[in-house]
Amino acid sequence: MKKRSLIPIIYIAFLMLPIYWLVAMSFKTTNEILAGFSLFPQSFTLENYVTIFTDPTWYWGYINSIIYVSLNTAISLAVALPAAYAFSRYRFLGDKTLFFWLLTNRMAPAAVFALPFFQLYSAVELFDTHIAVALAHCLFNIPLAVWILEGFMSGVPKELDETAYVDGYSFPRFFTTIFLPSIKAGVGVAAFFCFMFSWVELLLAKTLTAVEAKPIAATMTKTASSAGYELGLLAAAGTLTIIPGAIVIYFVRNYIAKGFALGRV
Amino acid sequence: MKTQNHKAWFFVLPVLLLVAFNALIPMMTVVNYSVQETFGNNVFFWEGLRWFEELLNSDRFHAALGRQFLFTGLILLIEVPLGVIIALSMPRKGPWVPVCLVLMALPMLIPWNVVGAMWNIFTLPDIGLLGYLMNTTLGIDYDMTQSPFAAWATIITMDVWHWTSLVVLLSYAGLVSIPDAYYQAAKIDGASPFKVFRYIQLPKMKQVLTIAILLRFMDSFNIYTEVFVLTGGGPGNSTTLLSIDLVKIALGQFDLGPAAAMSLIYFAITLLVSWLFYTLMTKDDAK
Repeated sequence: MKKRSLIPIIYIAFLMLPIYWLVAMSFKTTNEILAGFSLFPQSFTLENYVTIFTDPTWYWGYINSIIYVSLNTAISLAVALPAAYAFSRYRFLGDKTLFFWLLTNRMAPAAVFALPFFQLYSAVELFDTHIAVALAHCLFNIPLAVWILEGFMSGVPKELDETAYVDGYSFPRFFTTIFLPSIKAGVGVAAFFCFMFSWVELLLAKTLTAVEAKPIAATMTKTASSAGYELGLLAAAGTLTIIPGAIVIYFVRNYIAKGFALGRV
Repeated sequence: MKTQNHKAWFFVLPVLLLVAFNALIPMMTVVNYSVQETFGNNVFFWEGLRWFEELLNSDRFHAALGRQFLFTGLILLIEVPLGVIIALSMPRKGPWVPVCLVLMALPMLIPWNVVGAMWNIFTLPDIGLLGYLMNTTLGIDYDMTQSPFAAWATIITMDVWHWTSLVVLLSYAGLVSIPDAYYQAAKIDGASPFKVFRYIQLPKMKQVLTIAILLRFMDSFNIYTEVFVLTGGGPGNSTTLLSIDLVKIALGQFDLGPAAAMSLIYFAITLLVSWLFYTLMTKDDAK
């Protein structure tokens, strides 16, 4: 039994090594980095973080990213909830075809859509806005959200709906006061995935923005190429992008295992 | 039983409109480009199926496609068994479970270009932790920018680092849904650990594993940012996967026609393979 628990420990150590190295780099001065290898920061500095928090081009990158990720999560959930309900409760013309077609969009390579997206969002005059990125990310997040929520909703017995209607509940009241609380875990898991895929995606976010809504990830690539190679600054910026993800996982930690099993993620 | 109700369409309508806006219009643009030639200024010439014919006969495309299949194949062969082994060796209950899950999920929530940059810093031959250990401590010549083998080993390791946790989380979710009574029954019958795995754990994990394999296939087949940031497709063309090649043609050379034709073939292959996986893995359920 003892031997078996070694495997997860080794695996987690392997996961943490590159992250440790990124964090360690972010506390080093440029001189120390260029001078050669050191396992721990020798002259510990917060200079890189100070640069990021005082330079608007840096910290606006984070704000922009968080704005469009939140918008995307809200839109995806708002439209996916009724759709998932329809798929889990009713048969209607073309339901299976529609469900499969939705899922195929999860398979589309982002590289394929980069240029047409740029033209489409320029044509509707949404280029370089947060809403453009939020809408574009719907392409892969809505199908995923519908898929997850449908799994959770199918686990709720249909008698619940019928009893509520017999008791005189209207549909909106039933949906918000009875049905939603009973699939709370599912909504959490779906929100987690929407947040995750919108937060980590860069290709479309970069294509659809220039200045006003530029995501942090794009700011980083620009820095990497323009300012020579400021590794310390890059590492600090990278470290900061891990934090929102870590916070979100912390909130859904109890749902992760349970949620995956209940829904057919 | 589900009831027939065509009004349910109204519930689905917003999803349909949003996804169609994002999927159909760009797809039509791609189809439109794929049969035309342009020299800029919005002047287009009809080319018919020329780009498709050229592409299907081009060595460059075959090479990129081959590399893509090699990459995805290796990823599935490593990540799926590894993920299942790790999930099996995790404790089922206890205070450490949420800690393990949170730490394991962390790599998946790091933006993809940061993953690439992080692995770049990690593997720099002189000042990266891994690069320094390999070259100085172990004396193995390791430089991603010089050796195609090192570049391949690095992108595979990076993806294993990035995504194995998805397989672990899904398999683990399947495992914890098995009631204790099953294990007690197996114990009474004197079943070996392998038999417990084969007849109790594997069937229970089957559904989540199907999803894990499908997701890993789609995402590794479409991988772009991480590999592009880490190797840029090099050294030479050795790690130029399909999507990297596509972006090179579309945005680098601005050959819209060939790039569009390539996009369509790329998407068609992804769909076809996903469908094959799906039918093969759910075949038994249908019976």
